[in-house]
Amino acid sequence: MRLSAVDLACHRGGRDVFAGVSFTVGAGEALTISGRNGAGKSSLLRAVIGLLRLAQGRLTLEGGDPELTIAEQAHYLGHQDALKPSLSVAENLRFWAGFLGKPSSAIDEPLDAVGLAGLAALPAAYLSAGQRRRLSIARLVAVKRPIWLLDEPTSTLDASAQQRLAGLMQAHLGAGGLILAATHGPIGLDKTQELQLDQARSPAEAAAEGQELP
Amino acid sequence: MALADLANPSRFLKFANNTVPWLSGLTVLVFAFAIDQAMIAPDDYQQGATVKIMFLHVPSAWLGMLCWGVMSVAALGTLVWRHPLADVAAKAAAPIGAAFTLLCLVTGSLWGRPEWGTFWVWDARLTSELILLLLYLGVIALWNTVDDPSRAARAVAILTLVGAIDLPIIKFSVDWWNTLHQGASVFRLGGSTIYPTILIPLFIMAAAFTLMFATLLLAAMRNEILRRRVRTLRLMQASAVN
Amino acid sequence: MTALAAILIRDMRIAVRVGGGALMGVLFFLVVVTMTPFALGPDLALLKRIGPAILWLAALLASLLALDRLFASDHEDGSLDLILMGHAPLELVVFAKGLAHWLTTGLPLILAAPLIGLFLNLDAPAEAALVLTLFVGTPALTFIGLIGAAIAVTLRRGGLLLAVIVLPLTVPVLIFGVAAANAAVTGPVPFGTPFTILCALTLASLVVGPFAAAAALRQEME
Repeated sequence: MRLSAVDLACHRGGRDVFAGVSFTVGAGEALTISGRNGAGKSSLLRAVIGLLRLAQGRLTLEGGDPELTIAEQAHYLGHQDALKPSLSVAENLRFWAGFLGKPSSAIDEPLDAVGLAGLAALPAAYLSAGQRRRLSIARLVAVKRPIWLLDEPTSTLDASAQQRLAGLMQAHLGAGGLILAATHGPIGLDKTQELQLDQARSPAEAAAEGQELP
Repeated sequence: MALADLANPSRFLKFANNTVPWLSGLTVLVFAFAIDQAMIAPDDYQQGATVKIMFLHVPSAWLGMLCWGVMSVAALGTLVWRHPLADVAAKAAAPIGAAFTLLCLVTGSLWGRPEWGTFWVWDARLTSELILLLLYLGVIALWNTVDDPSRAARAVAILTLVGAIDLPIIKFSVDWWNTLHQGASVFRLGGSTIYPTILIPLFIMAAAFTLMFATLLLAAMRNEILRRRVRTLRLMQASAVN
Repeated sequence: MTALAAILIRDMRIAVRVGGGALMGVLFFLVVVTMTPFALGPDLALLKRIGPAILWLAALLASLLALDRLFASDHEDGSLDLILMGHAPLELVVFAKGLAHWLTTGLPLILAAPLIGLFLNLDAPAEAALVLTLFVGTPALTFIGLIGAAIAVTLRRGGLLLAVIVLPLTVPVLIFGVAAANAAVTGPVPFGTPFTILCALTLASLVVGPFAAAAALRQEME
């Protein structure tokens, strides 16, 4: 499996969010996307999934299911957690497992993998920010999809949780998956490709960009 | 035991656990006596036995208003005296009062239908009683909308005190407006106009209703305290897991 | 199909648990109906004549209430992004959400309507006609409302805009719903004529609503 991008560009409000982005990620490989705030890291991930329209460029996936779009074969871990506070931890996870295509999956294993075992019946409203993040990560473990798109995955996670996440990412890569991660710092993987999204732009432009990005 | 001692939730739980059993037993006894007395009371010369709905209708009206009075005192307890159990009492009382008010409206409708030809008229007393029901439901809705009960308490307290204006309106509606509902016949200047053979069973029934209200209120307050403890335990459980 | 069942069950669970649940809509329904005699006067004959119209208006406004948060909450917590990444087509997901909304908002209104009709002095045939027209018509209100909810999803104070957009679209449903409810009581138009048109409007909205709403959602996401 290989995900290749050639000369991707995205415009928003008459401005370049990013331009001239190319990369190739194969099975078992990880790509970290770095850059200052406002450089367009989140937008690039959203464009790969199709939540943002690409102004130009080509994105191809080889070795995947030709019937499905890239988004349908990917997991997206965005800034938000996609959790409903009135539902319990288990209900939240079971919903996403059922919706993303694996209805009868046991959720004990994914909850255990992120260290939330024992909180299954707790309403999600009671979780801390880090715990909510971990519950979102459990979604990636519960339903197997080959491509992981992670936006600042280690934010709100403490050291031990970051280690756990690194372990999960290693396991995913070992099973032949791909990872694209937008991040400011290291995420615990050794061999990753790097993509720098910095372009020469004034601080005012970057600040305005920061407001426009989702 | 001084009233101030009950301010401690654990002490209150003990008090409630001790009191509710015998209080409910007493309630049942008084109800049995009241129903017996109501049954042997004479029929109305016009309405026949239907008049006995009055023994349900009037006490439930009184209790509906009494309950809002209790909630108002609890509201002052929350806002002015900062009593720790005031909001527990207010939250527990609301559904009970709503039930009494609903019972009053339903029994009144059924009672009035044969005489008035309709289940409902928009006269001053019925309307103000319906407004009371809506106020109760609004208070219950407010309790349910805010997750943290202690935060909801102050908002509910203000709503309760403002809504208390309805109580004198209900009481004096039959005097201030032309209503289809009959005029005041129990609590009025110049004494009651009801004959003692009916008045006394009515008061006994009212006593039974009041005891029932007290029992239900204590039990409901106990439940609310336990509910809040569950909530606290859940919060602790979440923060205990790393 | 389990994806749609998952959406349906989740939305129903949330609707029942949050913000007073289904009963808030019924309470609003009751409050609006209670207000009308204060405005119109307590003339029971008048209330009986316009009762079905008042109840239909109140049901329409009560249906609008929960629409505001239908897509907005999914948009705010990032669920909408993930929903677009599922295998189920967005139109069907929107249909499932609409169905959940009707089951938790519309259906309680229908069940409460006969009781509340008593306050307006409606008699049995009027009540029966009212319940039947509401049963057929409230899904149309929900599914037309989906369109407005989708259009207003990214707006912060979307509630009023939603009402302004949706209410004109629901005018045909309101006309034929009230006409059918009245026709059952007063002649000369037979009940069947406006009623079948109401059914047709609802069936059309079940299709047009999800397609339009899904298109609007996709537009907003870009």
